[in-house]
Amino acid sequence: MITSAAVAIAEARIGRRGESVYSGRARTIIERSYLAFRSSTWIVVATGFLEPVLYLVSFGFGVGKLIGKIEVAPGHFVSYAAFIAPALLATSAMNGAIYDATWNVFFKLRFDRVYQGMLATSLGPLDVALGEIGWALLRGMLYAIAFMSILGGVGLITTPWALLAIPCAVLISFGFAAVGMAVTTYMKSFEQMNLINIVLLPMFLFSGSFYPLSIYPGWLQAFIKVLPLWHGVALIRSVSLGIFSAALIPHILYFVVMIIFGLYFTTRRLTLLFMR
Amino acid sequence: MPTEKSDELITAKGLSKLYGDFVAVNGIDFSVHKGESFGFLGPNGAGKSTIMRIIAATLTRTSGEITVLGKDPADRGPEIRAHLGVVPQQDNLDQALSVTDNLYIYGRYFGLSRKFINAKIEELLDFAQLTEKRDAKVEMLSGGMKRRLTIARALISEPEILMLDEPTTGLDPQARHILWDRLFRLKEQGVTLLITTHYMDEAEQLCDRLMVLDKGSIMAEDSPAGLIKKYVTKEVLEVRFGSERNAEVSEQLGALCARIEVLPDRILMYADDAEKVLEEIHKSGLHPVTSLVRRSSLEDVFLRLTGRTLVE
Repeated sequence: MITSAAVAIAEARIGRRGESVYSGRARTIIERSYLAFRSSTWIVVATGFLEPVLYLVSFGFGVGKLIGKIEVAPGHFVSYAAFIAPALLATSAMNGAIYDATWNVFFKLRFDRVYQGMLATSLGPLDVALGEIGWALLRGMLYAIAFMSILGGVGLITTPWALLAIPCAVLISFGFAAVGMAVTTYMKSFEQMNLINIVLLPMFLFSGSFYPLSIYPGWLQAFIKVLPLWHGVALIRSVSLGIFSAALIPHILYFVVMIIFGLYFTTRRLTLLFMR
Repeated sequence: MPTEKSDELITAKGLSKLYGDFVAVNGIDFSVHKGESFGFLGPNGAGKSTIMRIIAATLTRTSGEITVLGKDPADRGPEIRAHLGVVPQQDNLDQALSVTDNLYIYGRYFGLSRKFINAKIEELLDFAQLTEKRDAKVEMLSGGMKRRLTIARALISEPEILMLDEPTTGLDPQARHILWDRLFRLKEQGVTLLITTHYMDEAEQLCDRLMVLDKGSIMAEDSPAGLIKKYVTKEVLEVRFGSERNAEVSEQLGALCARIEVLPDRILMYADDAEKVLEEIHKSGLHPVTSLVRRSSLEDVFLRLTGRTLVE
């Protein structure tokens, strides 16, 4: 029997772990997104990036004039703009990831049948999940880098440690993209998709982005601390001010758990939707 | 026709698929040989697409055995799909990409090198008669072009088996003939074709061997000519007496032919010489409103086997 190149490539993976769900080619899914992105309108990308910049200008430099210094750690005071900037960076990373992992995924899932096409090849569902989530986190990273450049430009970066905020932003993007895509696989209509926005906006406004959590009563503080964005805000705020402590570990673990859960459920759902 | 065991690309025994209580595929046996063009013929809901998806490892069977190129689709999915080219019932081309990029990225999904794919793209654009449309977005293509692109895309990995689910449904007659011509060329090149259809003319044109399916079960299996020979007479006489009288005269007509089938709008009379039957009808003093003598087709086979027409 003549073996085609495609068969030889697939057979080379026999015996690897997870061979029935993963072919080691998630990068080709990212390549696909890049091809589609090349011909899409840049304006959509630009607006996603612009949002946190507008918040920074309006709240940081506008409202910030009315507010004095804020204490972020015992004896550590910063300007209001410097206080909200890390939160806006975390939100930017979240938004970049969520946009691709929810709405874009929803259309491919329910209307374009793109995933059926992919899964008719020798790819497995984990390739698709990793590739799509990977692309979403690249977008989150792009937004984070662009926003960091702005912060640098307006003098809000005071320590080289702040550069570590970028890998943190990638971690946050990855977590939100993974959970976002997993949640989207359960969505059937536009109404349900809008629920995602209804959750995200208040989370952005109340997760300690614009003021310290200490103004809340204890029970509300506890609730906010269960939500992912607060962990993202707290992580980036500490890192960008160069304040390191063991308190950062739970924040990082929170996102690691989100990534694992998100990948697991996305793969499972794609299998159930298209391969059962 | 090759029948040696080593030539069997797909073998199924007692294959079943249940969705809850609904039996989509009911314990069927079949085998597909290398280089043949094998068709699943049946109405919507007969289980054709379900069988195709089980073969392509995108649906798991409920019970029974199936091997595709000696492998079990249930646990060797990606590997089996590397052997297959899949043309689904509904086009799932990538709307965000151009014609060329659709072919390119599909090759990438299979892990093929850019060099290999780029050479293959030229060949496939030519084959699918889409060279002039190479940079067009998919949404700008006609239905026939989209189908040809879907087929070209399925061929990027040089599959041994090309699976086509209702390949010409929704196409105009001209587009269908172009498509049939392309499929014929593939067959000549030795590609094994697996086709589902509810068009008897398509089955007759394209398939060496056919399996007639109804409600998940096999009703018959043979070559198109063999099925006609086995289940119906050479010719058919179609007569109409008006919907009121069809049933009324049928008893009298029954004696004149080998078999009679009374449909709401017409009566089908099966005989090897249908002209002679028509003469006898006239002699007996009955005057049908219209009459038509034609060769028997797979539609008649299906009607004989199931008591229903294929396309309702």
